[in-house]
Amino acid sequence: MSEPRHRLMDFVREEIMPHRFCSGCGCGTVLNAFTNAVEGLGLDSAEMVCVSGIGCSSWIPSPYFRADTLHTTHGRPIAFATGVKILRPDLTVVVIAGDGDVAGIGGNHLIHAARRNIDLSVFMVNNMIYGMTGGQVAPTTPAGVVTTTTPHSNVEPPFRVADLVVAAGASYVARWTTYHVFPLLESMQNAIKRKGFSFIEIMSQCPENYGRRIGLRTGIDFLKQFKEQALRVEKANGMSEEELKDRIVIGKLCDKERPEYVSELHRITREQVDKLKKEMGGAA
Amino acid sequence: MALDDNKKRYINHHGGKTYFLLGDEACAYGAIYAGCDFFAGYPITPASEVAELIAEELPKAGGICIQMEDELASMAAIVGAAWTGARSMTATSGPGFSLMQENIGYAIMTETPCVIVNVQRSGPSTGQATKPAQGDMLQARWGTHGDHNIIALAPNSAQECFDLMQDCFDLADTYRTPVILLMDGEIGHIRESVVMPELSSVRHTSRKRAERAEEIFGGQELIPGMIHYGEGSNVHVTGSTHLANGMRDVTTPHVHDELIRRIYKKIDSGREDIVRIETDTVANGKSRVGVISYGASARPARGAVKAARAEGKNIDFLRLISIWPFARKQVAEFSRDLDLILVPEMNLGQMSREIERFVDCKVIAVPKIGGVPHTVDEIHQVIMEAVS
Amino acid sequence: MYTSLLERHRRGRKLIEITENLCKGCEICIEFCPLKVFEKSDKLNRKGYYLPVVTDEDLCVGCRLCELLCPEFAIIITNE
Ligand SMILES: Cc1ncc(C[n+]2csc(CCOP(=O)(O)OP(=O)(O)O)c2C)c(N)n1
Ligand code: SF4
Ligand code: SF4
Ligand SMILES: [Mg+2]
Repeated sequence: MSEPRHRLMDFVREEIMPHRFCSGCGCGTVLNAFTNAVEGLGLDSAEMVCVSGIGCSSWIPSPYFRADTLHTTHGRPIAFATGVKILRPDLTVVVIAGDGDVAGIGGNHLIHAARRNIDLSVFMVNNMIYGMTGGQVAPTTPAGVVTTTTPHSNVEPPFRVADLVVAAGASYVARWTTYHVFPLLESMQNAIKRKGFSFIEIMSQCPENYGRRIGLRTGIDFLKQFKEQALRVEKANGMSEEELKDRIVIGKLCDKERPEYVSELHRITREQVDKLKKEMGGAA
Repeated sequence: MALDDNKKRYINHHGGKTYFLLGDEACAYGAIYAGCDFFAGYPITPASEVAELIAEELPKAGGICIQMEDELASMAAIVGAAWTGARSMTATSGPGFSLMQENIGYAIMTETPCVIVNVQRSGPSTGQATKPAQGDMLQARWGTHGDHNIIALAPNSAQECFDLMQDCFDLADTYRTPVILLMDGEIGHIRESVVMPELSSVRHTSRKRAERAEEIFGGQELIPGMIHYGEGSNVHVTGSTHLANGMRDVTTPHVHDELIRRIYKKIDSGREDIVRIETDTVANGKSRVGVISYGASARPARGAVKAARAEGKNIDFLRLISIWPFARKQVAEFSRDLDLILVPEMNLGQMSREIERFVDCKVIAVPKIGGVPHTVDEIHQVIMEAVS
Repeated sequence: MYTSLLERHRRGRKLIEITENLCKGCEICIEFCPLKVFEKSDKLNRKGYYLPVVTDEDLCVGCRLCELLCPEFAIIITNE
């Protein structure tokens, strides 16, 4: 009996499916939401470049999503994507990578890209851990958690990455979880449509290398917790730090228009080219 | 890459003129002449003048210059740009060159053409930040991890900084690899006249293109052609070990073996095309002593050779213009009738070790560190001691 | 996107397909279907995962939550 074929197989590198994420891993759900978002926007993969770093989450676009793909070094996808976008402003450039990649080793690129407001969409999969390398502490791991490199418990407070990116000046910022798939999908579409730097922090699960150690053994355990912890940003506004402890603020954190970096760069080049043209009396 | 109208106009504007330029500035003009579309960099002495002139001039030729948040990002951005079909480059010095190493390895592994200018300064670390050196000769060769090959050229005048930029971009496209212009702070900050060529004498080398996305990282060709982003081929580029179609295979031993050997071989087999030297030898076999040098050191070295000849000593001279791949055949030939080769360089003996591997005669380094180039007298004295 | 469940229900029959060999047995569909359409079966797929099974297709309102939550593209919901 032949198996049914999912329509979204058109958007992935079908020949290498099923993917290699662990059972119940949130990376698969993010891939699902992302392909849905692209399908819904009617985007042609020939108009897209997907850039990723190193980590399990980086495998979502590379190799699984079928488009031009740049699978880069750990922490640097936003910097690589900057070069792509400047030269091909007409292409939709999406970065998908992990919390360790984007907010740890690559944190500097993240804040500067947000400050410049370059027209990239960055989808950061925050599983609160270094999944691929076996469960070491990440800059997003909650304090008090035992990981392989904090065997006596983590003493560092975690970054609230989306808030950081808002402060750095991004055009569009949201936070969702792998439980909130419908708003996540819609948010991805808005992020891609928004000209300027867009960022979605996707709280996700790594049952294999994180959940096991904190008593959330399955994807289900995580999703239940995400559902419980989630608090709409509209409700969270005005609440105290104490009240927000252990909550995940979800929703759109900002959506604003600001001059976009690549357009500004091209404007300067156009002006300089025209000036030289004039100087030379219009000669080629 | 074919030069577009904006670049042609720019060249027409400057062609035929002679400018008085820093080596760094000449390098920047040379890049624009070579069709550079994109520059990304981070300020550092003594390379900042490359970025500053490019920032001023590149937009006039239709290109874009940006300053990134660091050198890792600069190197990353130029690789991203290269996959859209652009000619892209960065410029830096020691500390920044060290930061770039991981992504230089990425460019090697993904066979991405791009150009890195390293205006060497005294190290390690911030060493003598404003002083010239030639201490990165081996870092240029082996700076990134893993087996790999590299192309590096070393200019010794402002004019050559200009001229070699064209070579760098052409070699990068021909061999699909990053190419390093291995300058030193002395040459970067030397001020000399530079002739800006006319458009008619500017040559173009086109990047080889592939037809099938299945073979852009191997297949039948030693140097496969490229397919750029936005062409509808779903190109997959990764720094992990991959098959000819770009898909990762990091476990099959022969896949890695074949990929790395091919990337190694494509440059080795281009040796004759890449190697550039300049020799100045006395009439046949009369000389027992030779001098080999490069970059800034080659200037006093040549002066010292001249002075020794004026005193009746037969001294041969060879200047390495290409550093990597090493001109092993040419150096071996040069050494054939010699008893001794002196190698003045602004380090404690880096290229002298490489020369030693390929010659039968004695090789003596003439090292100089401290931020001041050799004087003619210093090298002359060593030569005179050697011949007596 | 947020049409009410009832309204969707009125749109007629739903077809639920499970691509058995993509399933990794995470049971997310079983847990989170608002109408509890799935249950765990004792059937193993090629990789040795226990597959979900549809108890009563008529219960399904076609909200597609399972299709979207599924990390494996293993569920296909068709609103007929
Ligand atoms: C420069 C560098 N340092 C370290 C590593 C090893 N490394 C690979 S993936 C990874 C962490 C990945 O964590 P994250 O980005 O959160 O992705 P996840 O696997 O959790 O999805 C690390 C440290 C590397 N590849 N490169
Ligand atoms: S290790 Fe964690 S993040 Fe990586 S695939 Fe497994 S569950 Fe997902
Ligand atoms: S579409 Fe909705 S109601 Fe139907 S099986 Fe899936 S989750 Fe349940
Ligand atoms: Mg992670």
